[in-house]
Amino acid sequence: MVDLDYLKLSKPQKMLHDLGQFFVRLPGRIGGGLKGLALAVGRCLKGLGLSIADLFTTFKNGDWKTRLSYLVMGSGSMARGQWGRGILFFLFQTVFNLYMVNFGIGYLSKLNTLGVVETYKEGRKTVYGDNSFLILLYGVLTLFFVAAFIYTWRVNIKQNKISQQLLASGHKLKSTKDDLASLADSQFHKTLLALPTLGVFVFTILPIFFMILVAFTNFDYNHQPPAKLFTWVGLENFRTLLSSGTASYGDTFRQVLFWTLVWAFFATFLNYFLGMFVAIMINKKGIKLKKVWRTILVMTIAIPQFVSLLYVSKMFAADGLINTYLMKWHWISQPIPFWTDPGWARFTIILINIWIGIPYLMLIATGILMNIPADLYESARIDGANAMQMYGKITLPYMLFVTGPYLLTSFTGNINNFNVIFLLSQGKPMGLTGNAGHTDLLITWLYRMTVSDTNYKIAAVIGIMVFVVLAVINLVVYNLIPSVKNEEDFQ
Amino acid sequence: MADNNVKLRSKKGHERRVNGTIYTVLTVMSIVWLVPFVFLVLQSFRSYKLEKGGMVDYLIPKTFSLDNYAFLFEDSNFFSWCGKAILLAVAVALAVTLLTHLVGRALDRADASRSRATLTLGAAMALCYVALAVVAGAVHGQALGQRLVPALLGLVLFVAAGVIFARIYLKQDDKLLRSIPGYVAEDKHEGAKKVAALAAEFWALALLCQCIVAPMEASQYIRWYGNTLTIALFTAAIQTVIVLSVSYALSRLRFKGRKLIMNTVLVLGLFPGFLTMITLYFLLKQMGLTQAGAVPGLILIYCASSGMGYYISKGFFDTIPKSLDESARIDGATRFQVFLKIIMPLAKPIVIYTVLMAFMAPWGDYVFASYVAFGHQEGYNVAVGLYNWVNTNDFQNYFTRFCAGGVLVAVPITALFMALQKYYVEGVTGGAVKG
Repeated sequence: MVDLDYLKLSKPQKMLHDLGQFFVRLPGRIGGGLKGLALAVGRCLKGLGLSIADLFTTFKNGDWKTRLSYLVMGSGSMARGQWGRGILFFLFQTVFNLYMVNFGIGYLSKLNTLGVVETYKEGRKTVYGDNSFLILLYGVLTLFFVAAFIYTWRVNIKQNKISQQLLASGHKLKSTKDDLASLADSQFHKTLLALPTLGVFVFTILPIFFMILVAFTNFDYNHQPPAKLFTWVGLENFRTLLSSGTASYGDTFRQVLFWTLVWAFFATFLNYFLGMFVAIMINKKGIKLKKVWRTILVMTIAIPQFVSLLYVSKMFAADGLINTYLMKWHWISQPIPFWTDPGWARFTIILINIWIGIPYLMLIATGILMNIPADLYESARIDGANAMQMYGKITLPYMLFVTGPYLLTSFTGNINNFNVIFLLSQGKPMGLTGNAGHTDLLITWLYRMTVSDTNYKIAAVIGIMVFVVLAVINLVVYNLIPSVKNEEDFQ
Repeated sequence: MADNNVKLRSKKGHERRVNGTIYTVLTVMSIVWLVPFVFLVLQSFRSYKLEKGGMVDYLIPKTFSLDNYAFLFEDSNFFSWCGKAILLAVAVALAVTLLTHLVGRALDRADASRSRATLTLGAAMALCYVALAVVAGAVHGQALGQRLVPALLGLVLFVAAGVIFARIYLKQDDKLLRSIPGYVAEDKHEGAKKVAALAAEFWALALLCQCIVAPMEASQYIRWYGNTLTIALFTAAIQTVIVLSVSYALSRLRFKGRKLIMNTVLVLGLFPGFLTMITLYFLLKQMGLTQAGAVPGLILIYCASSGMGYYISKGFFDTIPKSLDESARIDGATRFQVFLKIIMPLAKPIVIYTVLMAFMAPWGDYVFASYVAFGHQEGYNVAVGLYNWVNTNDFQNYFTRFCAGGVLVAVPITALFMALQKYYVEGVTGGAVKG
């Protein structure tokens, strides 16, 4: 299509065309991505080679202090009077050595089988064998530790090289005091980030790695340490989750995924447009009590969800207020199956989500609406545009552009929106294989897999699938919405 | 001309009709929004003794009673404990004021140096700490020996903390000190008195905490409430420090690996949070922080990964002009000083937003809280406890008690939120636009 043809298209047509183009270009893009990846790997390898070569030259050109540091970390620094650094390096090495000798090597060597010694009973006494859980967890930890050690070792040698060069050219080295002072200045980011990084590492990265690995094992109810061992099974769990058949969860997975996407779509866009609509109404010139309206709506944000949602879920129950009053007034003879019929349950959840979702959007939209230059509307009015036209040509494009990134994060957030589903319906009504309910999202299903079914292997696979789904959506949107890429384009 | 008039009038009429519709829609919405909360409050007044505590087919209770609320406080010496705490607070405040005066005047007369002032003060504090601890022990009918270890620890910790803290603040502005009741600032030996005042205040607080935390026999609900409050307060403090550090570093400092960190956080954020639940549970269990010890465990979990939620405050820091940092740097300030003295005072809105969010989040957390506490009531937070009242078969007829408990949670939180609403809106809109 020539550029001129493209410009003639209307907005939706353009969108469609962009979407089509996205998929047309997808193979090329993937190819490009792979090429980039290959290049990056190449660069890494080259860097690694250079680094190793540098190790040799440093050793060859180094004095005894530098050479000693190859064996005893930090000895060079200490010998040159940089006690602080030297002691830290030395301590790190000591801790590492002790850890490896006492724990690390044992766990690492069992990592390929996850343990072979079974737990058994000798009369009344239980004799514990290998604990697969611990082997996997500490195995992963040890791998990380080894990587950190190699990196630190490399840094230690590099520092020796630099110190040697500095001394040779007649400079003075930094003292421990200088090092400490730099933590408040040139190295301030290290001070700020040390603790948070450690926290994220121990409580996010390590567990995620562990769970990804669990997806390739048979860790479940029948293989629970310390009584039982579990072991590697390759891709079997992925097959169980994705293929259809009597023993596998393929059909359930597809249904749950479908509902997750439908839910996220409605929860995001319905709230978005309704919230914007409410914001426009409240902000209209001549409407009084603006603050009162806003405050009333914001109540649902202020009150903790477990109070409001639990209460509302009871209101809609079969013996809840709504059903009993409708029956009292003889509008219905049977209670409406808000939570027991799949269709009704899904509808009710989306409806109640509007109740707690609109206020957020109203607040956001209010802030943005006030930023739209008033003269845009003025000139539109002079040109004879009516309210709908102004909305379609000014307000909506502006809003969509500015909130593009928000829509993406909101969609992502709704796919993982545990609270609303769990507090309202707990995924009920049940009835799908794999102990899933009709209103279960992937995340609530994952939760049930973990907590009530202790089917950790499948839970891990579900988690990975959520990641894949989110990654795909994020990539697609990132390529389609300009403002996600660069928010300063719009004028 | 006449034609124009007609047009104008019809336009006015049109406007009025539009506004009328809007008012109608808004009124209907307001009713829908408020009705569940009105119902909640109404049902919390239906007695579970006289009527029925479960689901009934009418809304307005036949008689309004406070039975549900009374139940929440049953089996607890909450009110007598409150009375004792207040008495103790008054006594301590009086004692501290007196002590500060005496020590301050003595130091004044002796024309003491800073180090001697500190020494004298430390000794005086230690003495009085012991004296008051004995008194407090007597009030609670406990021998001091039973609580010797925590008492000694408290002594050392808070004498030290008080003195150190006071010395730091000596050099700074007086505002903080002036707000302290025992403080008298009038003469040339302000310094010594400030030390006295501040340190004594610290120690008094420490003592008060020690007496208050331990001996209350709480009802279930009060324990859950206390747990949640503790978690929320600690989480708010720690999480704010972490989030601000991370967002400041990523927004205003340039260093190797910055992009790498941001991309890693982006990728990590795509994994569902509950995926790692069993691993976290195991890690906490290794540290002994599950079940009955769930409160510190939950604080740890909430804070550990909170650095990943830096987006909104980073967006805020991005908007503060870079030239401020640069001019301060030229004047010789270190990056730490720039952070503390230049950027932080400007970042008040985002600090309040972060504190508010971190404080409110633990009140609503059911998942981790229930998993970590796992059947041990003393480790529950309100969400877990009340959820069980509504959704477990053992608790038939607990519905109205759930309502009452919910009201007592919702009222203070809502009040806090409404008071700080301005900052919330600022954070949300800023965050949404920047993504």
